[in-house]
Amino acid sequence: MNPTDRAEHAVDHAAAAARFVADDARAHWHDQALWWVRKKRDVASSAVPDWELLRDAAAGIKAHTLSRLAAYLEQFEQQATSRGAQVHFARDAAEHNAIVHRILSERGITKLVKSKSMLTEECHLNPYLEARGVTVTDTDLGERIVQLRHEPPSHIVLPAIHLKKEEIGELFHAELGTEKGASDPKYLTEAARGHLRQRFLEAGAGLTGVNFAVAETGGVVVCTNEGNADMGTTLPPVHIACMGVEKLIPRWQDLAVFTRLLARSATGQPVTTYTTHFHGPRPGGELHIVVVDNGRSRQLADPTFRRSLSCIRCGACMNTCPVFRRSGGYSYGWIVPGPIGSILAPGRDAAAHRSLPFASSLCGSCTDVCPVRIDLHHEILAWRQEIVRRGLLPWPKRAAMKVLAVVLRFTWLYRLAGWLARRVVPLLPRGLVYGRFNGWGKQRELPPMPRESFRDAYRRHRART
Amino acid sequence: MPGREELLAVLRRNAPRETPPPDLSRLGVKYADPLEQYALSLKGVGGACLRAADLPAAERALAELPACREARRVVTLVPGLGQGNVDLASLSRPHLLEGLDLAILPGDLAVAENGAVWVDASRLHHRAVFVITQHLVLVVNAVDVVHDMHEAYARLQEQPIGYGLFISGPSKTADIEQALVIGAQGARSCTVVLVG
Repeated sequence: MNPTDRAEHAVDHAAAAARFVADDARAHWHDQALWWVRKKRDVASSAVPDWELLRDAAAGIKAHTLSRLAAYLEQFEQQATSRGAQVHFARDAAEHNAIVHRILSERGITKLVKSKSMLTEECHLNPYLEARGVTVTDTDLGERIVQLRHEPPSHIVLPAIHLKKEEIGELFHAELGTEKGASDPKYLTEAARGHLRQRFLEAGAGLTGVNFAVAETGGVVVCTNEGNADMGTTLPPVHIACMGVEKLIPRWQDLAVFTRLLARSATGQPVTTYTTHFHGPRPGGELHIVVVDNGRSRQLADPTFRRSLSCIRCGACMNTCPVFRRSGGYSYGWIVPGPIGSILAPGRDAAAHRSLPFASSLCGSCTDVCPVRIDLHHEILAWRQEIVRRGLLPWPKRAAMKVLAVVLRFTWLYRLAGWLARRVVPLLPRGLVYGRFNGWGKQRELPPMPRESFRDAYRRHRART
Repeated sequence: MPGREELLAVLRRNAPRETPPPDLSRLGVKYADPLEQYALSLKGVGGACLRAADLPAAERALAELPACREARRVVTLVPGLGQGNVDLASLSRPHLLEGLDLAILPGDLAVAENGAVWVDASRLHHRAVFVITQHLVLVVNAVDVVHDMHEAYARLQEQPIGYGLFISGPSKTADIEQALVIGAQGARSCTVVLVG
């Protein structure tokens, strides 16, 4: 466990979700906003005749890559280096942060512009650099909004999806001097454009994430819609690209598969506006590629959970998830929320994130939309079993499971329990039946108790015919 | 580097049994009229497609566009097209391109399935020009419209790989309440001229 792991405090998804749904209107609005994105994804994917073949190919490429990751990493390093890039290796978040800081401090750079990188969020890079005197500007509009609010992103593709335009208007009035009360998205985006252009022009270095790293060519590919990664890598002379080791793909041709899948799955666009391929630095500039492990190689060893390393961070599983849509990204308490986060987070620290695998109806919608065919709901179920095995289940659930196991083991006890439920529950006062222990009955009525058991009804029916 | 050796060793030790890479030859989409599909795709991502028989016709078509008519500072890297008055090579820093109204750049190929144009930006004296400009015009030969991304990457593999990008329409964002706003950080408009 590394220092950033320890910084992750235990989250109770159910309690956090309860706070989110307390504002009923807002919870519905959030649900609908994400469902709209999910529908756009459906339209875009159904317009592609070979969509399912593409998903097969993407899953196959990723599985193949994971089976030869060391060889591809060596090939990538060799190719990238021969093109003039400098490749750095970091075992964990602390090493990653130290490498980025060293690159900046050795060159006296104090202003950094960043485009979206979930990896640097995972490593808590911003506070690390800010504590050392570096001004960090997140330049994706959604990320800039949450940065100005001192919040993490609530969604990996749509960082500010939890905010209303009026809230952003107030924020920009305070921070960027926009007109008071103005909340038109076009006006606010224009204000951010001016503000961010200034930051791009002043920056000493640009940091980006990496969508794909091609072993064959030694190149990294970065996808954005706004063009912020391109502004941040073409103005300042130093480009730092940070990638988890799982971003590797073997061949140049493989890019066709992933660029066809990514944006359609994420937002329903046929491709991102800018898909930029970096091979080596620009003349007179520098390209640093930081390859990070931070628990990924450990996950690779696990046959049950290794497929989730194939994730290309499109966010489709979040947009479709009935739990995510109704509980919001923050209820997961980890940088990658939703179904994929419910697998990745406990992999990092099972005790702290033990509630996440239960934040699912196991409906399987995530698995249906995943462009790389990760068996998401199966892995979520497997995590539940793992959490029980490790003794991490909270005691009320543990006790209930124990009681149920005994009742189901003895036929007579099972029948007695059924008889008691049918005879006794209808006689109990409502306050007792719908007490604190009955989580199911919080917003629902229990069905009326039947007069007889299924076994009795079946016997009676057979006797008659 | 101890981190490097250690990482490679762990990745080797923890690797699952090797699986073969998939065959990609069955993938792809073919359109009856790729040029028409290209124009449709580009419109869908907020761009505009113009067809011109030759460069003089392209020049006349561009002259109609408000973004071109009103442009004061212009870079053109397509000989014979547009009234360029900014010489990239004469600028000491890319930062001096801030305030550029229009860039007219050549594209190597255009992709029917998604409206994208491949720009080999390693040829640009200042790479920033394609994104810092307020308006962007890309010029592609009509014969270089390909059906899909598989065809595009296969074609690109034949040329030296440097710094290049697909541009599909103008810069955009929907980060404020999912409302689509064109002109986020890069070009506010993207016009693609297919010549021939």
